[in-house]
Amino acid sequence: MSATIVVYVEVDSAGVIETAQETLTLARGLAAEHGGAALHAVVVGPVDDESTVEKQLGSLGVVELHRAEGEDLAAYAGSTHAAAVVEVVQTTGAEVVIAGGSPRGTEIAAHVAVRTDAVMAANVVTVDSAEPLTVSRQVMGGAALEEMRLSTQPAVLTIAGHVCEVAPAPEPTVPQVNRFEPAFTDADLRTRVVRTEEVESDHTAALTGARVVVGGGRGVGSADGFNDLLELSDLLGGAIGVSRVVTSLGWRPHHEQVGQTGSRISPDLYIACGISGAIQHWAGCQSAKTILAINNDADAPMVTKAHYAVVGDLHEIVPAINDEIRRRTVGA
Amino acid sequence: MTNVLVCIKRVPETSGQVLLSEDGQSIDARHVGYTLSTHDECAVALATQIASATGGDATVLTVGDDEAVAQLRDAIAVGCGSAVRIEAPTQAYGPADVAAAIAEVVKARAAHGTTYDLILVGNDATDTGDFQVGVRLAYALDRPVLTGIKSAEVTGGRLIARGDGPSGSEIFELDLPAVVTVLEGGVEPRYPSIPGRMKAKRTPIEDVDAALPGEPVGSGRVKLKLPPQKPSVVQVLGEGDAAAPAVVDLLIELGVVGR
Repeated sequence: MSATIVVYVEVDSAGVIETAQETLTLARGLAAEHGGAALHAVVVGPVDDESTVEKQLGSLGVVELHRAEGEDLAAYAGSTHAAAVVEVVQTTGAEVVIAGGSPRGTEIAAHVAVRTDAVMAANVVTVDSAEPLTVSRQVMGGAALEEMRLSTQPAVLTIAGHVCEVAPAPEPTVPQVNRFEPAFTDADLRTRVVRTEEVESDHTAALTGARVVVGGGRGVGSADGFNDLLELSDLLGGAIGVSRVVTSLGWRPHHEQVGQTGSRISPDLYIACGISGAIQHWAGCQSAKTILAINNDADAPMVTKAHYAVVGDLHEIVPAINDEIRRRTVGA
Repeated sequence: MTNVLVCIKRVPETSGQVLLSEDGQSIDARHVGYTLSTHDECAVALATQIASATGGDATVLTVGDDEAVAQLRDAIAVGCGSAVRIEAPTQAYGPADVAAAIAEVVKARAAHGTTYDLILVGNDATDTGDFQVGVRLAYALDRPVLTGIKSAEVTGGRLIARGDGPSGSEIFELDLPAVVTVLEGGVEPRYPSIPGRMKAKRTPIEDVDAALPGEPVGSGRVKLKLPPQKPSVVQVLGEGDAAAPAVVDLLIELGVVGR
């Protein structure tokens, strides 16, 4: 049997999620280096549009799709999804199991690692194909990298978000689809979701999907101090993102937090106002394509790491920007 | 009455610059100091909340050296009633070893009549970010595990927990005992009062030697390195409100104004 790499693929109503597409792109590169290993995908539970998912996986170079189905998978549980992945690992003899670094991908990877007696590396950024597998992964919120050796088979890893751009395979494939009903124990079923409450407005999705994010940190000074930032965000059709200190002080709600323990964003433009740029925050905003820092300290890490900066009092600068935008867009 | 065990980790502060030890095997945090891992702060708050709502006890535990006692005292100061420190050579330990060491202590205590109905762990550590201690601990104890939980309560021996799923807020219900990993954002970390600090100083810390079932698995760490520092390319558009026209020129150039 040739070598196999198994990727746990998370899907939503629009198909394969972006993190999983990034993961498949990186896994395909690894498969090619790994003596031409076969790239397999596991998709667990109900899927709205099977043919779209199959096409997406084919475009990313997947040769076999393992579709775990059955009534017990109607409601999500980390343990049931992991049981399905482990069945695939056992039937294929996979040497490497990879999941995206999303909350679910990470949870399932941890379960799979325990069940297959494997070590697990989270938030991997690069994989060296040498034996034993050696990876580089983010620690300290990405402020440091750990070179780690995975000496078990399978090796289990998750890929950090935004470290690999999605790229189609040079030659698309038509994946062979293997449908199966995994076997579960009663224990596997205990942690299924009982119900899901849709949130009235999905603030987190609005933040992580925003093209422009206006960020505020300690330098904003107070809850009221955010009024100018909210106005700027409205004028640019953007979202508000804040540093951890702002939510700790109760100035803004936690769902707006950007950072290692908040949302990780990758907008076209991030305007960081009064944010020093500590590791905790930088971990969440470093994937922004362009960063404009507004800060009274020209030496703050956020300013030196930004593409553009304005030095001075944000409470003078932001209203002036708002006025200038209004002046230029009147009658436009 | 729900007895809660909350497992915490002492980690380097992430507010300052990261420095590495000369051998590249650890973070040198001498100048920035140490703190309680971020999600653990919320796990401690949730532990005390559930224990006090059900008339149970909250015990805090860590695996570490003498210095980690400071973080145990921080947890006592915000409401944990007792503290256990598993003394272990943490440099040689990986996440599987930490989970195994905790599981051995939990099993040994259960054999002597002290049971923990609910075990809380931070979702991931702010330093090593392994995302697996809670899951490994649950398997070692043959308990169900929920990860990424933001809030929870216990009613009639049943745990009702809530976390964020891809399409909304997900609710789980299961019988105890269980292991739960806690994510920041649902429970406010608590800040110590003066009487809390006084109590933390007086409360004895129970020391236990780590007993692993075998040799440590280790972390697989070869070495740590810092990402290549990119030279600053910042272009200063100006100072104060006089920079506004230059900023709006940039916003137009980027195509984010007048869309």
